Amino acid sequence: MNKARTNPLNTAAMHGALILYTLIALFPVFVILINSFKSRKAIFREPLALPDADSFSMIGYQTVMKQGDFFLYFQNSMIVTVVSLTFILLFGAMAAFALSEYRFKGNMLMGLYLALGIMIPIRIGTVAILEMMVATGLVNSLMALILVYTAQGLPLAVFILSEFMRQVSDDLKNAGRIDGLSEYTIFFRLVLPLVRPAMATVAVFNMIPIWNDLWFPLILAPAEETKTLTLGSQVFIGQFVTDWNAVLSALSMAILPVLILYVIFSRQLIRGITSGAVK
Amino acid sequence: MSRPRFRWHIVVFLAPAVLVYTAVMIFPLFNTLRLALYSKVDKERVFVGLQNFITLLGDPLWSDQFWNALGNNFWFFLIHMLVQNPIGIALAAILSHPRLRFAAFYRSVIFIPTILSFVIVGFAWKLILSPIWGIAPTMLDAVGLKSLFAPWLGKEEYALTALSLISVWQFVGIPMMLIYAALLSIPEEILEAGEIDGITGMSAFWKIKLPLILPSIGIISILTFVGNFNAFDLIYTAQGALAGPDFSTDILGTFMYRTFFGFQLQLGDPYMGSAIASAMFAIILIGVCLYLFGIQTRMRRYQL
Repeated sequence: MNKARTNPLNTAAMHGALILYTLIALFPVFVILINSFKSRKAIFREPLALPDADSFSMIGYQTVMKQGDFFLYFQNSMIVTVVSLTFILLFGAMAAFALSEYRFKGNMLMGLYLALGIMIPIRIGTVAILEMMVATGLVNSLMALILVYTAQGLPLAVFILSEFMRQVSDDLKNAGRIDGLSEYTIFFRLVLPLVRPAMATVAVFNMIPIWNDLWFPLILAPAEETKTLTLGSQVFIGQFVTDWNAVLSALSMAILPVLILYVIFSRQLIRGITSGAVK
Repeated sequence: MSRPRFRWHIVVFLAPAVLVYTAVMIFPLFNTLRLALYSKVDKERVFVGLQNFITLLGDPLWSDQFWNALGNNFWFFLIHMLVQNPIGIALAAILSHPRLRFAAFYRSVIFIPTILSFVIVGFAWKLILSPIWGIAPTMLDAVGLKSLFAPWLGKEEYALTALSLISVWQFVGIPMMLIYAALLSIPEEILEAGEIDGITGMSAFWKIKLPLILPSIGIISILTFVGNFNAFDLIYTAQGALAGPDFSTDILGTFMYRTFFGFQLQLGDPYMGSAIASAMFAIILIGVCLYLFGIQTRMRRYQL
């Protein structure tokens, strides 16, 4: 045991630094949330006070509910995120299985080809993507977003999943083959359940950027009926800049679903990052 | 012996991923590079060779904007490298301390800004820094620094730095987590061996841990680079597509958006937009290659 490592002064300093940064990280979120429940006067008079009986007001939320179609936006975001994740996981796992399980001509090349997209952002191709979506009539449809996010998520998914699939025991798969299982059954029944933790990691990694993306909804699907929550709140807030109650409430409504999802998945996310999936 | 049957299942397994990836990512990427060589003359698409790039770099109307955006982008990147990554490393170093209590709590909370969308982050900070609402001046007043307050987002000389720091606030969780993971993977024996030789505390960090996590710092740098040169959302939500005041926060992403889509008096031009996208592609490619061949291969990796 070494004294330097347990020195109480050191410990206090460490906690001090961490608490300070925790406050910096939480402060803006906290200010937005508490002020969204206050009346307009109270927002300006005492911006840092908690809402009390006197200053409590839901007027902002009422405006948002009346003016913005937040349930539709939420539903759109939900559909886009869930369907894209399903495609990324299914297609990514299938490709990862092919690359890690079989030896065939061009295996290495195919792996490199799919890995290209990890470093090159898909946004560079936006002009041509929009042209293509216009030509195929997919513009202003959720399908356009789903396709783009699937393509965006696949490279990293294939990379991570094939690393994990190499660790699945060959004996297990060969036992299945001897029992007469088809390659498809081996993949879906034997291998997929074993890489479930890796799949969860991939899902959590992709979920946040897809849910929060502004660029592609703005360019590919800006119509009222296909707006995602991120784009919807951006447009809504832009229109209501002077109505502070409405802006603060809209912000809070955009924060809450993400925060809830984070509380549910944070352990998975942090375990995913720290287990070295992205090393 | 007959020749082995063609293994169709490999094709079936690979097809969906390869098709979607090729059609929606690789093909548009190269198509955008190709479109940069065209222009619209009398409503028809005409091949003009490198003319768009000559305009972009030679015509003062374009080149001023381009160099401005590129310079701003480098400043944006520099602030991330100088502020975000050191803070991330410091936080990770503290968090990885073996007997620290509540580490999981701190870790989760500090990561919260990273999961918020740019829209939330942009507007929340805009409100907090707003001189109308007065949260920032009130807080500065409380510590006696009120004279330092300025409407940072509205002043040309501060706006870009303020936005970069907001972006740092948002993303500090990523270097923190990756470095944290790297620090945890350092075996205890190495640190104990150092202790026996009298290397503890800060010097253990500088002399033992830091050299061991250099590869992770390299990865973080390249991720920051790619992310910064492809950034758009935060500037767009906080300052709009015109990246005000007077284009002082314009970066390549917003410049490309404005050119491609047009904004207010400017007409959209997909071909010039493609040319800017190609320039971004080239910059990112150069950065990634420099990292892969210049830094990563020369870095000493220690077998742990």
